[in-house]
Amino acid sequence: MNEDVTLEILRYRPEVDSEPHFQTYTIPYRDDWVVLDGLNYIKDHVDATLSYRWSCHMAICGSCGMMINGEAKLACHAFLRDYRHGVIRIEPLDHFPIERDLVIVMDSFMEKLSSVKPYVITKQKKALSDGENLQTPLQLMAFKQYTLCINCLLCYAACPQCGLNESFVGPAALALAHRYNLDSRDDGKEQRADVVASNEGIWECTFVGACSEVCPKHVDPAAAIQQTKISAALDWFKERLLPGVHR
Amino acid sequence: MSRRPYIREVKRGWWLGHRRYVVYMVRELTSLFVGLYCTLLVVGLVRLAQGGVAWDGFLTALSSPLGVLFQLICLAFAAYHSVTWFALTPKAMPLNFARHREHPMSWH
Repeated sequence: MNEDVTLEILRYRPEVDSEPHFQTYTIPYRDDWVVLDGLNYIKDHVDATLSYRWSCHMAICGSCGMMINGEAKLACHAFLRDYRHGVIRIEPLDHFPIERDLVIVMDSFMEKLSSVKPYVITKQKKALSDGENLQTPLQLMAFKQYTLCINCLLCYAACPQCGLNESFVGPAALALAHRYNLDSRDDGKEQRADVVASNEGIWECTFVGACSEVCPKHVDPAAAIQQTKISAALDWFKERLLPGVHR
Repeated sequence: MSRRPYIREVKRGWWLGHRRYVVYMVRELTSLFVGLYCTLLVVGLVRLAQGGVAWDGFLTALSSPLGVLFQLICLAFAAYHSVTWFALTPKAMPLNFARHREHPMSWH
């Protein structure tokens, strides 16, 4: 039986459109297709002008994040069969400017990400001849979950604070800061604290928890942020009660 | 070709579109009633300090239909607040022992 499925896609072509508008496409339904396959079908057979980002088709590259029926999803991770009994509404990720069609401008995120210094910072430079930085499995376990972030930005689209306050550093960047703070090889916690423990950092989070619900890699940024709140509050007290003591 | 990124404003009723955000907003609203009940307790302490007559008056006000209704509303909101908050708090705990069951080198 030939079945069709209808996709309602938010289009915005800056050279012809003054504002975004929905365009409807009807495509064949396949049981094993994800939304990304549907978009690729449109691009190849129906309308070559449709723009969207994608790369790996396997929830690793983090490129194809979009709003699918109002929920932040990876298009490669959302099966058509889960939405087949109605029109599937596809929009670019919330809380980001639209560059074109489903493509968002992510410059703000890139700046926030680099502001938390998401890399191992060491106090003393080690010579290459001194060998590798060893880490026990238990030390790895402390932060491994937070290394799985693919920067897909679904958490930014789901977090209402990101929409209401554009200076909020946001879930993914704060989770990555937490990942490096927990790393036994790292000494950069104090350097990151200027951004992480600021009003625009963890304290802007009101613990909605949406970031963790939509995260396709189960990173749980909400947990990272709440744990950072506790650690930052303890550091604040230690600094005042025990001046001079290293955190 | 010059760029012209389009910025979408967050709508006033943004939280009405999804159950998750409604649950969150109601949880935030409950704080108001928890705060009101705390104020009531402080008022009770003040009345107690003012002596027997003031305290009896406070108790009478509490047992009036309006007083009972207020306390029931506060109880409902406090229960909602507690249930949703305790569902979330494990996330804030720095140690998650459940995670330790997994082998550290497994990559999933």
